[in-house]
Amino acid sequence: MFTPKRLVVAAAAALSACAAQPTSAPVKAPAFGEPVSAAEIARWDISIPPSGAGLPAGSGSVKQGEAVYAAKCQACHGAKGMGKPADALAGGIDSLATGKPVRTVGSYWPYATTLFDYTRRAMPTTNPLSLSNDEVYAVTAYVLYLNGIIGESAVVNAKTLPQVKMPNRDGFVNVSK
Amino acid sequence: MERKNRVAREPESRMPTGDLSPFRKIDRRTFLVRGAAAAGVAASAGLATGASAQDLAGHPWERVYGAGFTGYGQPARFEQPVMRHIVRPYGDLAPGSGAALSPIESLEGIITPSGLHNIRSHSGTPDIDPKQHQLLLHGLVSRPLMFSMDALWRYPMTTRIYFLECSGNSNRNLVPKPAQVPAGALHGNLACSEWTGVPLRMLLEEAGLLPQAKWLLAEGADSAHMSRSIPIEKALDDALIALYQNGERLRPEQGYPVRLLLPGWEGNMSVKWLRRLKATEGPTHTKDETSKYTDLLPDGKALQFTFEMGVKSVITRPSSTMKLPRAGFYEISGIAWSGAGRVRRVEVSTDGGASWSDAVLHGEERPKALVRFRLPWEWKGQPAVLQSRATDEKGNVQPARKVWQARYAPDNRFHNNSIVSWSADADGSVKNVYA
Repeated sequence: MFTPKRLVVAAAAALSACAAQPTSAPVKAPAFGEPVSAAEIARWDISIPPSGAGLPAGSGSVKQGEAVYAAKCQACHGAKGMGKPADALAGGIDSLATGKPVRTVGSYWPYATTLFDYTRRAMPTTNPLSLSNDEVYAVTAYVLYLNGIIGESAVVNAKTLPQVKMPNRDGFVNVSK
Repeated sequence: MERKNRVAREPESRMPTGDLSPFRKIDRRTFLVRGAAAAGVAASAGLATGASAQDLAGHPWERVYGAGFTGYGQPARFEQPVMRHIVRPYGDLAPGSGAALSPIESLEGIITPSGLHNIRSHSGTPDIDPKQHQLLLHGLVSRPLMFSMDALWRYPMTTRIYFLECSGNSNRNLVPKPAQVPAGALHGNLACSEWTGVPLRMLLEEAGLLPQAKWLLAEGADSAHMSRSIPIEKALDDALIALYQNGERLRPEQGYPVRLLLPGWEGNMSVKWLRRLKATEGPTHTKDETSKYTDLLPDGKALQFTFEMGVKSVITRPSSTMKLPRAGFYEISGIAWSGAGRVRRVEVSTDGGASWSDAVLHGEERPKALVRFRLPWEWKGQPAVLQSRATDEKGNVQPARKVWQARYAPDNRFHNNSIVSWSADADGSVKNVYA
């Protein structure tokens, strides 16, 4: 079919003019998140940083922790936290530079708050979130006691836990930029 | 719905022993039986009919009507031995804690099939209902927000190909004696997929990050509530809230319905089953960034927050437990990657590092993705040691095994990106060696 040349040119110009125009109004940035109340956030927020911010009310003693440990932890972590079949929780202090390092809560972990955080969120493996805050404090106290970090009469709570200085507190080199 | 046929027939051996042929010997009885039945039908009087009517080339399957359609395709039954290598350090005590390593020795190209993607899980795979699952974004933000999965699905998405490697990958090659197992059982805690999802930056902007927010805690909805702290720069850079893997919704073991994806960084930081993101001033020092995933040095200090995965490569074919059936031509094929960006070069040695040749690269234009390298090789039937050495665009070079080992305490098990060596004996058997 014959098409006059200037018509083709005009059509092409019209097309390119069209392409230069926005095809619709500018799109608003999507915002589909729903507001959430502080009370609801509190039910979700289980992470405990070294400052202890967010530690719940409650407390536990070494003695109480010994009973919790025997009932809920010992089957996997062994008597007195010596391990087997799961990880050892006690011992190994001063072993890290020996060529035969033994990494446990006592010898390796830099912050005691992590022990509360992890025990509450993940332990016991088969039944996480089943321990009360008092039980978590108590078993935290017992594991710290097994490592000789706190005394037999110590009580662990939101105030005392962040004050515990772990033996390997200064053992880490933060290489993040 | 469960798809059982992949697991119903346990392969005789998961090891790709024998020659280099990708086709595995399999019981052919099914075919013979079908052929005999067809021949019986043909025994009618006079005229040659049925299966024997045409004395032409053609296997029995060309003479029977093929199988019908299936709703979700599976690999050929001859490929059933291609399976992940499962590692369960706690045995039946915690069967979902450990890893399933990708059978890299049986794969080609750069994309790992979703069903063969490596898995590293700390407390099993949760069974999450996407209608009930939510993602909370809170902490140092102006507007704490809750996202349903339907809401996330409405955002503009991006699609990228990225590798994921567990920082404990290749730790099995740190034991005193080299294990004679397939390459995937050693170095397969690694995979590469196409990921589609929402840039995390978009959600952080919606919530309004406060200036003092320097870190972001990411937490999963698995029963360990696996959690890691991430510098806010990474969260605002290329972090993805991933919803799709290789075109389909994430597999359960890859974080269904939503996971974080931090390209190039240690795999466990790409938190699966993502339930919560909290903007914080400092790192939370969770269990998996203190007790684990920290790298002990000879002097007893440990490196913490070693996020980036180092430049690395491994020859997948030929590799450990395979056999070269005869002297002659082979293509050396392998994978390379770097958490720092693009792979620029892979050199291959067949003489234990005395001399090196540049391999041809495929996919090197993509940062933080697997690259396939290939090099033709004439095996003369004599002992040889095969190695590969990758270099990335930042100039990082994959270190020799001894150089890497000297940096760390003897039992450090993370970030082993040292050069991998396979020996070929005169009889053609390929072994894992420390060279």
